[in-house]
Amino acid sequence: MDPYLPPVARHVREREPLIDVQNLTKVYDLGRGRTVQALDGVDLHVPQGQVFGILGRSGAGKSTLLRCVNLLERPTSGSVRVDGQDMTALRGAALRRARRGIGMIHQHFALLSSRTVAGNVAFPLEVMGTPRAQRARRVAELLDVVGLGDRGGSYPAQLSGGQKQRVGIARALAAGPKVLLSDEATSALDPETTGSILDLLRRLNRELGLTVLLITHEMGVIKRVCDSAAVMHDGRFLESGPLPELLAAPDSRLADALFPLPTVDLPGVVTLSYAERATEPVLSALTREFDVDVNILAGTVETVAGAPYGRLKVQLTGERTAEALEYLRARGLAVRTAGDPLAADGAEPTGEGA
Amino acid sequence: MLTELAERWDELGPLLFDGTYATLYMVGWSTLFTALFGLPLGVLLYATERGRLLPAPWLRAVLGAIVNIGRSVPFIVLMVAVLTFTRFITGTTIGPTAAIVPLTLGAIPFYARLVETSLREVGRDVIEAAEAMGAGRGTIVAKVLLPEALPGLIAGLTVTVVALVSYSAMAGAIGGGGLGDVAIRFGYQRFDELVLLLCVVLLVVVVQLLQSLGDLAARRLSHR
Repeated sequence: MDPYLPPVARHVREREPLIDVQNLTKVYDLGRGRTVQALDGVDLHVPQGQVFGILGRSGAGKSTLLRCVNLLERPTSGSVRVDGQDMTALRGAALRRARRGIGMIHQHFALLSSRTVAGNVAFPLEVMGTPRAQRARRVAELLDVVGLGDRGGSYPAQLSGGQKQRVGIARALAAGPKVLLSDEATSALDPETTGSILDLLRRLNRELGLTVLLITHEMGVIKRVCDSAAVMHDGRFLESGPLPELLAAPDSRLADALFPLPTVDLPGVVTLSYAERATEPVLSALTREFDVDVNILAGTVETVAGAPYGRLKVQLTGERTAEALEYLRARGLAVRTAGDPLAADGAEPTGEGA
Repeated sequence: MLTELAERWDELGPLLFDGTYATLYMVGWSTLFTALFGLPLGVLLYATERGRLLPAPWLRAVLGAIVNIGRSVPFIVLMVAVLTFTRFITGTTIGPTAAIVPLTLGAIPFYARLVETSLREVGRDVIEAAEAMGAGRGTIVAKVLLPEALPGLIAGLTVTVVALVSYSAMAGAIGGGGLGDVAIRFGYQRFDELVLLLCVVLLVVVVQLLQSLGDLAARRLSHR
């Protein structure tokens, strides 16, 4: 284990989330009386040791939110607490010191082209005033952690995109932060490289107890690494919480986004979602006990956060359909009938991405 | 022509040598002082822009105006206009040393603009990343902006040096000497085509050498 990163903090008050954002707003003044509301009352709570993903289209306010956490943007109102510290109260040197406890990685890596890989990783240590010998040792360790032990002398221009992001991650970890902010860190990478970077983040999360807050427009990222997620639109969270809970909700936008099913315009169509259990016996029970016909129109099953998750679109016909639906709900399935669709405001995130 | 040169070498050799030396002397010192003052001025022009490190629109407007005035005054006029200042600094108003003052004053605004342009090339994301790591303004200028822009700063300085070579030809007007001065007085005004030609050739060689040197340095320092 890495001696510089804090152990999973026992001293942290148990209940307080490591990142605690309350009622955050950010209004940009465009001049001539025109304003843009980038954040509109966001509440965000990220517990210690979690990977939390924020999903949304570009312009949804994700990036502004992330940049409010380390105060690269100063919010218009609301509070931002990281590790118990009120970030909005800090200025100058105190704010710079607090930022060192929050690592950040960037979509386009933001490496210094004039420095070698080792020089880039050393940068935050120089900022902190770490002595030279200690810096060199620390840099070597970090490069090993991200699997670039032999590339310390290369310049960023000589590396592939995935390698550059690994340097970015090593640099973000250098100061021993408790929190890592990831600003679309895999959006400039191909799917395979994206996977390896996400696996690295997951490993750092597990092994070092690193809390990760990431923003993305790619479904695959949420599916692959997140414990919790939020769907953002127009500066607001449409829904947020632990992934299994979100997916199990009958009107989950996240489920629609992650596991889209074709639209079927037939009478009696029902969308069923289930987590951590199989449905087939339930469906055959419907046929036996309620004398309804079950016609499966579309379906998908995947593993999310280590547990199976499935969605089915079925057509139910028969006298006792209502009773059958009640039975399904009682068995813990999320049921959405065609009669109560999602609020049709076009708020679903994009379906692109790995 | 070569035979003519050989015949007149005793006369022309020292003339051309002194001219070349005076040119390099004026250009060398004024380049040094231009870098010394132009670099901070360029950084200030860059940093005071809205949304940069040290937003100060008012200060920027004033600096920008001074720089623009400095750049629009013809060099020959500037040279005469700053005579008092030149005497204050160097104790004289004639000779190559005196010429360094107006040359420097003329080149500072020019170089400052080039510095500003190079600094703008540095990505905002890199600066923001440094901010996110807790770096202060001074650190960002010293460890991010200047190193990242270094190839551009060198290239800008090379352009400035070449401009200084051509400005220095005018220094003859205040007895500054140099190849330009030799070309005008001994070549043009005395209808001595050989001297004129040799001066031009030497100037071309000097410029070529300086430019190649600058290109080489910029290339060596660039890791993009």
